[in-house]
Amino acid sequence: MMSDVTTAPTATRAPALAGRVKAAALLFVLFALLPPLASALNDPFYVLIGTRILAYAIAAMALDLILGYGALVSFGHAAYLGFGAYAVAILSSYGINDMVLQILGAMVVSALFALVTGAISLRTRGVYFIMITLAFGQMAFFFFISLSAYGGDDGYSLSQKSTVLGTDILHSDYGLYYMALGLLAALFLLCNRIVGSRFGRVFTGIRENATRMEAVGYSPFRYQLTAFVISGCITSVAGVILANQAQFVSPAFMSWHRSGELIVMVVLGGVGTLAGPIAGAAAALLLEEWLGVLTEHWPLLFGLFLVLMVLFSPRGITGVLEKYGIARGKE
Amino acid sequence: MTTLSVRNLTKNFGALKVTDDVSLEVASGEIHAIIGPNGAGKTTLISQLSGQLPSDSGAVAIGGQDVTGLSMPERVKLGLARSFQITSILPGFTALENVAVAVQARSGSSFRFFAPVAQEEELNDAALAALKEAGLDDRAHVRASALSHGEHRRLELAIALATQPKVLLLDEPLAGVGGEDAEAFVARLKRFKGRFTMVLIEHDMEAVFALADRVSVLVYGRIIATGTPEAIRSDPQVRAAYLGEEEEEVA
Amino acid sequence: MMNLFVLQLLNGVQLGVLLFLIAAGLTLVFGIMDVINLAHGVLYMVGAYLIATFAALTGSFWWGLLLMLPAAVAVGLILEVVVMRRLYARSHLDQVLATFGLVMIINELVEITWGTSPLSVPMPELLSGSVPLMGPLQYPVYRIAVIAAGLAVAVGLYVVVNHTRIGMLLRAGATNRTMVSALGVDINKLFAIVFTLGAVLACLAGALVAPILSVDTGMGESVLILAFVVVVIGGIGSVKGAFLGALIVAIVDTLGGVFGPILLRSVLDPAAAGQMGRVLAPMLVYILMALILFAKPAGLFGRSA
Repeated sequence: MMSDVTTAPTATRAPALAGRVKAAALLFVLFALLPPLASALNDPFYVLIGTRILAYAIAAMALDLILGYGALVSFGHAAYLGFGAYAVAILSSYGINDMVLQILGAMVVSALFALVTGAISLRTRGVYFIMITLAFGQMAFFFFISLSAYGGDDGYSLSQKSTVLGTDILHSDYGLYYMALGLLAALFLLCNRIVGSRFGRVFTGIRENATRMEAVGYSPFRYQLTAFVISGCITSVAGVILANQAQFVSPAFMSWHRSGELIVMVVLGGVGTLAGPIAGAAAALLLEEWLGVLTEHWPLLFGLFLVLMVLFSPRGITGVLEKYGIARGKE
Repeated sequence: MTTLSVRNLTKNFGALKVTDDVSLEVASGEIHAIIGPNGAGKTTLISQLSGQLPSDSGAVAIGGQDVTGLSMPERVKLGLARSFQITSILPGFTALENVAVAVQARSGSSFRFFAPVAQEEELNDAALAALKEAGLDDRAHVRASALSHGEHRRLELAIALATQPKVLLLDEPLAGVGGEDAEAFVARLKRFKGRFTMVLIEHDMEAVFALADRVSVLVYGRIIATGTPEAIRSDPQVRAAYLGEEEEEVA
Repeated sequence: MMNLFVLQLLNGVQLGVLLFLIAAGLTLVFGIMDVINLAHGVLYMVGAYLIATFAALTGSFWWGLLLMLPAAVAVGLILEVVVMRRLYARSHLDQVLATFGLVMIINELVEITWGTSPLSVPMPELLSGSVPLMGPLQYPVYRIAVIAAGLAVAVGLYVVVNHTRIGMLLRAGATNRTMVSALGVDINKLFAIVFTLGAVLACLAGALVAPILSVDTGMGESVLILAFVVVVIGGIGSVKGAFLGALIVAIVDTLGGVFGPILLRSVLDPAAAGQMGRVLAPMLVYILMALILFAKPAGLFGRSA
């Protein structure tokens, strides 16, 4: 869909951009139609998994912001899901039930964590960056495992769903679903603006060629760290939704497998496309569900799918995307 | 316009002295060429001047201000810009975007997250003007990865112009450019004379002698002679160390 | 108190030696092939399952250990030839995805083959029991043997890396890959050897630990991340760094868990100290990693970026 960029003037880049918005709009319309369909089929299960898909779509899109546009392969993004989920659990145990405040709390913690861990990880490159983000993600995981006041390893059941500005619209599954959809749409528009902004151009430029950007006067670190913090904050919103959907939080939300799954979603949908990872989240979760029906050993098939996908696309998935100038290979 | 002053600059890679006690005074508005055989340390010197590579000792100052401790981005902000011998561009960006992002670096904050940058006419106009000066405005909307080698060299120049340098370090701008293209390029550089101070590294002796006010000869990391092109041409030491082998080219 | 310290220090060294076995292969693979391999942790688990199976079949730990080694070589070679070999030239993102897939596949294969209930490996007769250390202090012989075996492997690796032709190539490869291929070395063969060696070492670690831990499907997970921390601290590609990093990480992890709460109790009331100690202890190694990286982004023995 971006193959025409080679000869397209900047003025017509707007349509490519609009294409992204259009693709997302189409996805949002499909998502909006799901609950009526589910109630027509009398199967509320679709709404539950739909809510999960929407939450992971937010996280995958936020990861794509740094992975796709900044070539920063963060393997610790599940930590932010955890911060979001535990913000709900911990704040509600102190009587703060409003989702707005919970999201705010989740974002403050996520921003701090991203700022500190990002400042250290971004001093490195390549495999170092991947391993260090993974290790920091694991650090957060162990923190909540040993937080016995909130159930530690066993997790913590929530006694009630969050309110939204005093209303209890989240108490129906449909209310939560549409709230998640609304948040996803709003955050997509936000990310879309960021990508097309002055900041987005500098951040993308650093992915393309960091030395060149330094040679015209930019210090890459500041821009990468800012994007890393933004991405972490957005991801935490997904955690807030997941906690409300499951009525339960546990460290399992932030295991390194979850971080890996987020990367899979981004790649499945298309690195550096924002709308793609939304579809990628849906594809990955539905594939899991579907394989799960076939066999209890579904991870075997999912793993096989991953390996084959990498090995048998001519130059890897990123190779396919590179052809369209979307993703970059090894530095 | 600004002077460039280099004092006792040294860089070692292990036991190897790549630049050895290099001192250089470039006057305001001067085009100062640095020539020397391959491996003489010319590109290393440019990297040291631009701040890409830290120096082991010595000092660099532009317009009397010491910049030795500053990073490359900080030096660029003060007006010390460089171009690269091996084309260094943003391949996925259009030519215009490549230049516009350089314009953006010196015009307003880049921590703006909402307004679409593609629609900032000021940036686009300034970028287009720099492309025009480099002779690439007709290819403004082509993706940089799709440009030819000669066009990459011109894009490299346009990006450097867009940073509005006071002192411009040109690392073999003509690398791989030949014939009419090279002549046009030299004519273009000539037009910039007097707008900013230039340090020019170049293998093309014709270009060097056509452009330079003064020439320094770098051999094994040391400057063995500095002078007008005529003086350098007839310096026996230079002829022995370097020009001798390229006699035909010079003649 | 002193006795507890010595005991925990020994436990730390024993864990450190095992971590070194895992991290040594990992750091060579990272350093020489520039490949990130998430499946390295599951190899540790496979080693434990292999020895459990062979020991049960033969009724002897020693036969189990002996049979485990060729099986581990086979596992390493198969992985290298079928998957890893195709990943060397790929982007790190591709490597992450494919080896993440491998983790899922191997975990499930192990579960299908051996079931979900933990297995145990009997302690070899020769190494059971304890020896007196100092005063009333006793320490299990087997753990001492693990330390000795790990140190022996470390010495062996040291000799191979520093005093043999292949070691010379390994060291050169970790610093300058293009140079080694320019020397006309069959790079494919070198990579296969390095990867298989790393796999065997990871399997060996799993096999050695099998008699003192229960063998289950989750055992590769936490070890993988700890090994990553070791590699990052030690510096990618440095076997010496991996050794030092493994000891540091293991000792900090072991002693921190025991003595952290005790130290905290001197400044906080016991309940708060206990709670905080429990929360902080598992995070210690990561905090340590952050501090080291802050001072030296390329790790203790890494080449600077």
